[in-house]
Amino acid sequence: MTILAKAIRGSPAYRWWMAALAAAIVSGVVLWVRQWNQGLVLTGMSRDVAWGLYVGQFTFFVGVAASAVTVVLPYYLHAWKAFHRVVILGELLAIASIVVSLLFIVVDMGRPDRLLNVLLYPSPSSLMFWDMLALTGYLALNAMLARAALAAEIDGAPPAAWTRAIMLISIPWAVSIHTVTAFLYAGLAGRPFWLTAVMAPRFLASAFAAGPALLILLCRAFRYDAGEEALRKLRLVMTCAMTANVFLALMEVFTVFYSGIPEHAAHYSPWTWLSGGFAAVALAMALGRSRYAPAAVFASLLIDKGVVLIPAGFIPSPAGAMTPYIPTAVELGIVLAIWSVGALLVTVLFRIAIAAREAEAGGRAARPELTFPRRITMDKV
Amino acid sequence: MKITRKAFLALLAAATRAFGRPRPRRMAMAIDLAKCWKDRGCTRCAQACHAAHNVPRIPDPRREIKWIWKERFENAFGEESAGPAVAGAPVPLLCNHCEHPPCVKVCPTGATWKRESDGLVMMDEHRCIGCRYCMAACPYGSRSFNWSDPRPFLRAIDPAYPTRARGVVEKCTFCSERLARGAQPACVEVCPPKAMVFGDAADPSSAVAQLLRARYSFRRKPGLGAGPNVFYLL
Repeated sequence: MTILAKAIRGSPAYRWWMAALAAAIVSGVVLWVRQWNQGLVLTGMSRDVAWGLYVGQFTFFVGVAASAVTVVLPYYLHAWKAFHRVVILGELLAIASIVVSLLFIVVDMGRPDRLLNVLLYPSPSSLMFWDMLALTGYLALNAMLARAALAAEIDGAPPAAWTRAIMLISIPWAVSIHTVTAFLYAGLAGRPFWLTAVMAPRFLASAFAAGPALLILLCRAFRYDAGEEALRKLRLVMTCAMTANVFLALMEVFTVFYSGIPEHAAHYSPWTWLSGGFAAVALAMALGRSRYAPAAVFASLLIDKGVVLIPAGFIPSPAGAMTPYIPTAVELGIVLAIWSVGALLVTVLFRIAIAAREAEAGGRAARPELTFPRRITMDKV
Repeated sequence: MKITRKAFLALLAAATRAFGRPRPRRMAMAIDLAKCWKDRGCTRCAQACHAAHNVPRIPDPRREIKWIWKERFENAFGEESAGPAVAGAPVPLLCNHCEHPPCVKVCPTGATWKRESDGLVMMDEHRCIGCRYCMAACPYGSRSFNWSDPRPFLRAIDPAYPTRARGVVEKCTFCSERLARGAQPACVEVCPPKAMVFGDAADPSSAVAQLLRARYSFRRKPGLGAGPNVFYLL
């Protein structure tokens, strides 16, 4: 049986899971066609709150994509051999996250049929132009890397030499995608909530916490034994990055409230404080080594960056209007569908990677000195 | 004397230098608030503008489209700038046609741009992809998005001006179509107390330039560096 066939066949539970994802995706497509026909009036966005959940989720998943660097860099540059079993998962997660974030941009556009205008009329003064280059380039780099790594794994050979060059480029590139995404917001003079030099560093810190947290959760979900040492190090990266994120958020709070500039302080609402409270609880759990810390860190950052950050920048409006933003069912259905696309990609890609690893482990069994311990405990593939 | 091709080209180049590139104009508006406040309930400028440009009247205020409208003084200029004498007074707001327009800087397709000949911030609704980055960037809330098809909300359609479709951004254009035929903007023309004065601020002899030399003027959020070309007089 080929690797791919092994990867896409599975137990009844797996088939139900794929069916549920497919159902969510189909209903999301139906909702998106409705949104296209009737307009973004079907969302909760408004003249004052021009961006909402779609742009927030885009931002969050660019961060998850960038966080592959937290396994790629230690493994390739610092030879943290512990990450041997997770590095491919990090690269595959980056691919799925980029696809997800690009989909969030497409559903947010008023005229998605004119998407190519961004290429036909390139505008270097717009950060969106650079973000598009950074994201598509990163997608290509990771697709090449992951493909080469998987092929090498299946052949039982070391990866080709040229992949090292790609890998070295991908490290600063990962940092760049989230820096440029922060610049989308941090360069707007008229939006004091985002107008902060701490935006890009904070984006990176929160990304490097959310990404490893998600990798830990995915290893559990796939019952994939990444190794004790790898999980410990992923938790360490997550905890350090989350500490940095909360620290940077507190820096922002100090500057805003000690300076006392009303336009800056006005954007802090019960929602932003609640989100900050979640982050503090998640950090406490991570420091206390709670088993649930990865879930708490991931959820708190999904809320902070993916839900609160964008609307909070629009409320109040430049003219002081406090227009509320409440996402509609259509918006939530489309968000769920795009998550499902990501989950589907992760499921298939991870199963291919795990099946390839299994094949490799099986193939090497004849040579005991090279054998990896057979840690894969997946259900009967 | 026979004119050689070389001489002809040299002559052409000299003529182009002399006459070809007119000095760029800088269109600006000065709004005398004291005159405007003679009738605080007046909405003639908005009516005339919205009728001339097929701007729909959308009942949901969250989804409305407006090119020129009135806002309370403290909302237009900030709580800190509004003393008791002016607090609550209505101020006409429109696109400021900034010197350094933040909307133009962020637009990923060049669908909005600053026209070199006269400084108007233009908008091509046929190129706009509806990303609304310009709305996030504009510090003045001057831009509107067509959240749905605007045409059902038009009571009468003026065939002289295009309507828009859902999914694109629009805004005040300083009536570029009227300027092209030598007319004043619709709001300026219709204003009963003649509170609005429009013209080329780069031309010292223009009425707006003279007014700005003679009177104290102020602009919205000058500290942001966008350089609005709508001035208020009081």
